[in-house]
Amino acid sequence: MLAMSVIVFVGVYAIGDPVEILISPDADQIERERAIQALGLDLPLWQQYGTFLIRALQGDLGRSFVFNEPALQLILQKMPATLELAVGATFMAVLIGLPLGLYAGLKPDSAGSKAIMAGSILGFSLPTFWVGLMLIMVFAVQLGWLPSTGRGETAQFLGLQWSFLTRDGLAHLMMPAINLSLFKISLVIRLTRSGVRETMLMDYVKFARAKGLSPARVTYVHVFKNILIPVVTVVGLELGSTIAFSVVTESVFAWPGMGKLIIDSINVLDRPVIVAYLMIIVMMFIVINLVVDLLYSTLDPRVRLEGKS
Amino acid sequence: MAATLEVRNLQTHFFTRAGVVKAVDGVSFTVGRGKVMGLVGESGSGKTVTGFSIIGLVDAPGRVVGGEILFHGQNLAKLSEEEMRQLRGNRIAMIFQDPMMTLNPVLRVDTQMIETVLAHTKVSKEEARQRCRDALGMVGIPSPDERLKSYPHQFSGGMRQRVAIAIALLHRPELIIADEPTTALDVTIQGQILAEVQKLAANTGTSLIWITHDLSVVAGLADDLAVMYAGKVVEDGPVSEVLDKPMHPYTHGLIGSVPSRNRRGEPLRQIPGMTPSLLKLPPGCAFHSRCDRATPECTAPVELLELIPGRHARCIHPHLEEVAA
Repeated sequence: MLAMSVIVFVGVYAIGDPVEILISPDADQIERERAIQALGLDLPLWQQYGTFLIRALQGDLGRSFVFNEPALQLILQKMPATLELAVGATFMAVLIGLPLGLYAGLKPDSAGSKAIMAGSILGFSLPTFWVGLMLIMVFAVQLGWLPSTGRGETAQFLGLQWSFLTRDGLAHLMMPAINLSLFKISLVIRLTRSGVRETMLMDYVKFARAKGLSPARVTYVHVFKNILIPVVTVVGLELGSTIAFSVVTESVFAWPGMGKLIIDSINVLDRPVIVAYLMIIVMMFIVINLVVDLLYSTLDPRVRLEGKS
Repeated sequence: MAATLEVRNLQTHFFTRAGVVKAVDGVSFTVGRGKVMGLVGESGSGKTVTGFSIIGLVDAPGRVVGGEILFHGQNLAKLSEEEMRQLRGNRIAMIFQDPMMTLNPVLRVDTQMIETVLAHTKVSKEEARQRCRDALGMVGIPSPDERLKSYPHQFSGGMRQRVAIAIALLHRPELIIADEPTTALDVTIQGQILAEVQKLAANTGTSLIWITHDLSVVAGLADDLAVMYAGKVVEDGPVSEVLDKPMHPYTHGLIGSVPSRNRRGEPLRQIPGMTPSLLKLPPGCAFHSRCDRATPECTAPVELLELIPGRHARCIHPHLEEVAA
């Protein structure tokens, strides 16, 4: 976390001088000096970093140069939008990807699984922004079923604004979530399929069949529990990277999430926001990895620490 | 006495891209009630596929294409998948070669045992658990209650094989197919498991098919012996007779390659050459290219011949002189 904060801080510093962008060109020298001083940009880098670090430890990640609001608050306002988008997409990926992958793995030679596999290649290779535009064209412009931009109505929950709690919001959420999930669905399908095919060859599956268990029991208990381990890993990592980098989809659907915020901030070199954003993302990855590791131990008894029993 | 299992001219072929592999091509043998039948042969001779054919677990691209598997007179090759499932684990059980692989690593032992009970009988979970506990006790696992709650990785190899045997015994099957169950174990554990199985078979009247490549194992365990080579039974008969006076040159060579007290000091004999590819079997007797008694006539097909009462061999130049002696 500390190492990462140094890298980010120096990296952002190296990108460019925000003063050029923030201060109107016709401001005179004195105004300029004052602005630089007010933002603390006159201090040497290590001093700036020191101030940042001390404040960060107190929960203050700095104020946005542009909005003059605490960067953290700015990001947290946008967070629910991105969060529900990413979780929705991941949820869909698991809900659709797992059964399809399972089917493709169990019947690798059927026409259905060949179609699924061909579809998953499309899901992998079509660029997100293009699929997003196509979705808008078909469902919003031509059919008029779903709205194409914004979050729609939101409802209050846990002190934050969420779209998925209202009908209108859900309709707005639909398309961006589908767009984001296409790649993930393909990923989960392929992962599940190869997992199933590998597991089906294992002796314990044959032994389970030799015990006279029903095919359903063999598939859903013996095979399924084994393939969940890699799927959980990848889905966890995917969830993290979606939250962090759903920029393209958010731009296409004008979804007011963190992705749009970070792009805007980078454009105006709003350093505190960029740094705070990256800090939050790193934090989130750490948390997600922790959760995945904890899930492991419930799924795979071999991972559990010895000595508990 | 009616035989528990009678296999007649079983043929199991694998339809691969490179051609048809005749893994099992004309295997016949009979297993009487409470008898132990040893099925011996080197790797790739079709022993395991024979076992899987009987229990109906040959996977694509393999298929049982011919012959009859009569289990108490009922032809298993003609049963539907569901009828077969009801037999499996219930009246016919199987024990696999590698105990490290046969138990599902992510499920507790009790889950894996109880599901076997519930697959074939309608009893309460508590009663099923009681049965599993008894079965574990029967195969010599101490403190079965505790062990039931463990995961497979908490067991040693020998213990896991005991668990697998306990699972096979849950429904007191009439036939157990044991596919090299002691090969992956230490010699000491091997001895324990063998003694255990022998005792159990004797107590419960269960018939056993013991698949192995280890002649010393069958010598002490089996009643009858069938020797397989390249998908065919080349010789069968009572175990002591076959081992003492082998008729088929292959069996002869096999026994000659095992150290013995009677030939102390002599170098061990070898069978020259190697097993032919099942895709390109030589015509006639598959062994003739490696056989020291082969003549041009050996390229013609040979049937399993009853050379002396109770003993068959698939050979036109058998070692009869020693049998007579």
